[in-house]
Parts: sequence; structure tokens; C-alpha cells
Amino acid sequence: MDLRYTAAEQQFRADLREWLGDVLPGLGPEPHREDWEARRAWDTGWQRMLYDAGYAGINWPKEFGGRGATPAEHLIFIEETERARAPYVGMNFVGLLHAGPTLIAEASDEQKAFHLPGILKGEHVWCQGFSEPNAGSDLASLRCRAVRDGDDYVVNGQKIWTSYGHMADYCEMLVRTDTEVPKHKGISWLIVPMKTPGIDIRPLETMEGTAEFCEVFFDDVRIPVVNRVGDENDGWRVTMVTLSFERGTAFVSDVLESMELVRDLAELAKTITSNGATRWEDAGLRREIGRIAAEFDALWALTKRNISQAQRTGLVGVGGNVFKIAWSDLRQHLGDVTMRLLDRASLSLDDVSELPTGRHIHARFYAISMTIAAGTSQVNRNIVGERVLGLPKDR
Amino acid sequence: MDFELTDDQVSLQEGVRAFLDGRFPLDTVREIEAAGHLDRGRWAELGETGVFSITLAEADGGLELGVSEAALVFEELGRALVPGPLVATFLAAPWIDGAATGETIVGRFEPGTPVSVLEHPADLDALFTLTSDGVRRIEPATIATRPVERPIDALTPLGIVDGDVPAGELIADAAAAERARLVGIVLTSALQLGLALRSTELATAYAKEREQFGRVIGSFQAVKHLCADMLVRAEVARAAVYAAAVALDGRSDDDPVRAAAAAKILAGDAAIANGKTGIQVHGGIGYTWEVDAQRFWKRATVLDTHFGNSDEHAEAVAAML
Repeated sequence: MDLRYTAAEQQFRADLREWLGDVLPGLGPEPHREDWEARRAWDTGWQRMLYDAGYAGINWPKEFGGRGATPAEHLIFIEETERARAPYVGMNFVGLLHAGPTLIAEASDEQKAFHLPGILKGEHVWCQGFSEPNAGSDLASLRCRAVRDGDDYVVNGQKIWTSYGHMADYCEMLVRTDTEVPKHKGISWLIVPMKTPGIDIRPLETMEGTAEFCEVFFDDVRIPVVNRVGDENDGWRVTMVTLSFERGTAFVSDVLESMELVRDLAELAKTITSNGATRWEDAGLRREIGRIAAEFDALWALTKRNISQAQRTGLVGVGGNVFKIAWSDLRQHLGDVTMRLLDRASLSLDDVSELPTGRHIHARFYAISMTIAAGTSQVNRNIVGERVLGLPKDR
Repeated sequence: MDFELTDDQVSLQEGVRAFLDGRFPLDTVREIEAAGHLDRGRWAELGETGVFSITLAEADGGLELGVSEAALVFEELGRALVPGPLVATFLAAPWIDGAATGETIVGRFEPGTPVSVLEHPADLDALFTLTSDGVRRIEPATIATRPVERPIDALTPLGIVDGDVPAGELIADAAAAERARLVGIVLTSALQLGLALRSTELATAYAKEREQFGRVIGSFQAVKHLCADMLVRAEVARAAVYAAAVALDGRSDDDPVRAAAAAKILAGDAAIANGKTGIQVHGGIGYTWEVDAQRFWKRATVLDTHFGNSDEHAEAVAAML
């Protein structure tokens, strides 16, 4: 066990830090969260800068245009970009972290040659068409139908929770290609161009009143068979490649962001007064925040354990599920404390009376989605109970 | 950066586990409990195995290893529910003769609120206390204690300290005392981690064999999720404890003071919560003396009071924000 970085890792950090110091001051102000066109330009523009500097696809293999960095270097990359407040992966998320890795693992040479550079250069934004209104935790029960007609699949059905669907160029999509076999065995994985006729994209308003997610409706949408990745009806296996990525290193920057949130909340508590004393003078609140900070420290350490395991074995394993359960619960706890601490100032989604509260309220809302997205905490607890502890399935 | 255990660390931990499985099975722990005092023969065996001399120089009969290795060993001691002043005797190894070899049982006096207690008063050959000016050795016989008739952990007999405690003789400086405090926190956390892990194992094993409504209770999600949460708490605590140990060894950029506080909070909370949940998973039989689940919760409550409880460490972390 050694948490010190090697000379090569330190050099990687120093070079990256220098580059960030050079380019970030020239970047304009970050657009508003709900100005979608501007956000797309911002996110993909940043991706192009990363590409030109050789940092795009940091953990992708070199032969597919990535940097081929080790998991530890990937961690350093996220640490440094977060520290420097560089733009987040944003709309490039699905392409870089889901679709890209799946294409690398499963796609044909032609598919890779066309799509991977588009993702790396920030030319193409991807979205994910997995979940359906009746296929959430039980994803394999999805019903969006694709029927073969000549060289095309004709797709009919609905997808939901499609982040940035209205801004995306391509969709990684799961469709049912066989209804006569057990549910996992009749699914195929398609690359769907979002401009194809018959696709209707409608924003789905979240409980925060924003439209980050979309519902996507497919009405006789013709998708060429050559857009299928992997064999027909082998899409579930192809999907598992993607989902294991999602539960692996995808949350690293969120831990760092959470630690910063806690520090900022502590600062805020020192400036807000209630009944003649600052909120920070409330020993109960102060200890609760101290405890939450310690728990995030522990999750940062767990992240390093997971990364080290990935470095040795290539897999994150169950550490990813353990992390997801603990981290999302902790974000919910932080959210509750945030609301209590801010008291009446917690009642607005935007900053009130010059106090920088809006960010904390947004984080509180977002935390509510964290125990649901990427596998609900309940599904994750089943996975831990069954696959790690060996408890029997309840079917 | 590589946070995985080295091959040597894995074999050290496996070796200690094999030793403890053989010499400190839970049956033996229950016998020690019934006897009401520590087993000196077995304490000496712990010493021979190197439990108290892991970090001592080879010239002093030690293994010359780090706090990381000591934490792995103490995790196993916690897992086995080994009773006695393990951390105190470990810390005393450089200062008090016979501590390293297990010939001398050394306790630590920690002034407490609302009362001060001394653990294992009848078993102690030597005693020290950590103060701001250094480590002070106190003769156990010079402290007047009144036995507690029913200590909550029957494996941790207690005496209430009446009257003044002598200042004692200064045997190491303030820096040594502060270092001992940090190492003590981390090794106590490692014991707590071991408790949390074993509680999980015992509860899971029971959930796999106990049948109600015609099937094993571990197939019910309500029970399965209790067990999953135990594992989550233990694994998060493990990361915190190992990170603190590595920081004390100087093999990390983390602040060792904050890392130690975080370890004590996470491992302390995990040990108590898993102890409690372990009893819950056992149901009614879990509330009886014969089942071991309760012993883990009891030890967890004792260790939470060592070197500051989790609230005090939460306060300390808050002050570092």
C-alpha cells in the first residue's frame, strides 16, 4: 500500500497543470446550465482543446486515438482538471465514458474508424437510449422494437431519461430484436443517428424544473443494419461492457466536487447568523459536517483502492457498487444538512440576498437523483448481497 | 500509486489470521470471558507471534515494519475479538520491558468523563498515560480503583478510578506521545474495522442458514439489504483505516492527523452500526448471551471511548475545514 505518486505520474501531473494554467484563462465564462446550445458549444469546444493537446480519451487505448493513460494517471487527470476548475466532461459524457468504450470493445473496424474520432474531437455528441417507461431497474425487459426489413431495422417505441437527447448526434440504443426468447437474449445494440426521420424528442421536466433529460419517441424509424454493434440479439452482453464502466471510475470527479461542496458549505455556515450566532457555532451542525467531510475522505480513499484494483486486474469489481451505495447516501445526507443549515435561505433554487446558496440547493436536488440513477441503491444492495455476500436470490 | 496490499502484506495478514483461528477461536474468547481475566499464556503467544513488536527495529527484536502492517494485524485481532489492552501494550513496546514479547501486560490510562475508568485493572503489570508533555509511566498499584461489577463488555473488566492519579515518571517526550496518540487512534480503528467485518460475516452466515416462512431469511431483501449495508460500511471504513495507516508511514500526501480522525470516525461508526445490525439479523436469539453477535457490539462501544469518540473526532475534522 503506497499512495505516493511515481516520478512518471508526478511528471504527468506537472505537465497537465502547466497546460491547464496556459489555456484556462483564455476560456470564456461558463454558459448558464439551461442554455443548451451554448453548453454544447462550450463542452465540445473544451473536448477539442483536450484533443489538440493530446488529453482526449485519456484512458482510451492509444491505437484508438486515446492517450492510453494508466488508471492512476486518469485519476490525476480528473484531480487536476477539477482543482483547476476546468470544464467538466458535460455533454461528452456518454460518448467518452459509455458509447466510446463499448465501440472500442465491440464495434467493427468501420464503425470504430468513423465514430471514435468524432467523439474524441468533440464533433459528435452521444446520448443513451436504454431505459424505457416500463424498463427501469429491470432494463432487460425493454420493449422498444426493431424489426428487420431488408437492410434496415424499423424501430418503434419509446426511450426515457435520455440526457442531452435534444443536443445529441448519435444515440447508443438498445432494441428488442426477438420477442420469442428469454428477455436477455433478444436485445440488440444500435447506433442511431438522432436526425433520422420519425424520431420525436421531447424534454422531460425534472423536479428541479429543468430539462436535462428527454423522452424520445420512435415511429417507424429506419436504421441501417450496419449500425448494429455486435451480433443480433447479443446486445445485453455488449451493454454490460458499458455499465461496468458506469459503475467504475465515472464518479471520481463527483467525489472531489463533493469535498469542495462541504468546504464551501462550512464557509457559508460561518457567515450566516441565526439567533445572534453563526450556524457554525451550532455544535450539532458543525459535528455533522465534520463527520460528512470525514466520510468523503474515506470515499476518496475507496476510490483510490478501486483505481488500484483496476490498475492491477483491469476490473473495478464490486468496489464500484459499494462506492455507489455509500457515495449517493452520503450526498443525500449532505443535502439534508444543507437544507437545515440554510434554513429559510434554502427555499429558493437561486442565490438569495447575495448569499451563494443556489449551488448548494442545486446539489441537494441532484443528490436525490443519485440514489436512483446508474442503478438504484436498492438494486445495488441486491448486487452486493448476492454477488459479494452470496445470499440467495429472491425470485 | 498502488493502494492494493503487497504480496508480503497479504501473507502477513493471512498468517496472523491462521494463528488466531487456531489459538483464539470464539470458543476460547468465551472461556476467557468466563474466567474473568486474561490468559497470560495466550498473551505471551501473541507476543511471540510479533503482534506487539511489528514496528520495532530488528535490533530490538522487532519486524521493522510500518503502521500499515500493524493495522493489518490489528484488523485481524479485532476480527477475532481478542480481549485485552492490545493497543496499549503495542505502544509501550519501545518503553516498557516485556511489552514487546508479551511477558508484560501494559495498560493505558486515559482520563475520561464523567468518570475515569481503568480497563483490565487486575491484569496489568504496567501502565502509562499520554500527556501533552510526554509519555508518563504510572505504577498500577498506585491508582485506587473500585471494580465495576457488571461491565457492559464482560471481556473488558473495568475499575472506576477514585481519587488522584499520580503524575508518573516521564519516559518519552511530547513528540513521542503525539506519535503514539496517532498510531493508537489508527490501530484502534483497525480493531474496530475487524469487528465490523466479523459482524458482517457472522450475520451473513446466519442469514444463509436460518429459515422462516419456508426459506432462508437472507433471501428476503429486507434482510439482504441489512447485510449489504454492513459490508458497505466495513469496506468504506477499511479504505479510511488503510489510508490513515499509509499516511502515518509517510507513504501518502494526506495529513496524518486528519486521516487518523477520519479513520476513527468511520471505523467506530461501522463497528457500532454493524454490531447492532448483526444482532438484528439474528433476531431474538441475537439478544441472548450465547450468541456472539452481541459481543462485537459491546466491544465496539468500548473502543469508541478510546482516544476520543467519533463525535470528538468529527469536531476535530470540522476544525480542519
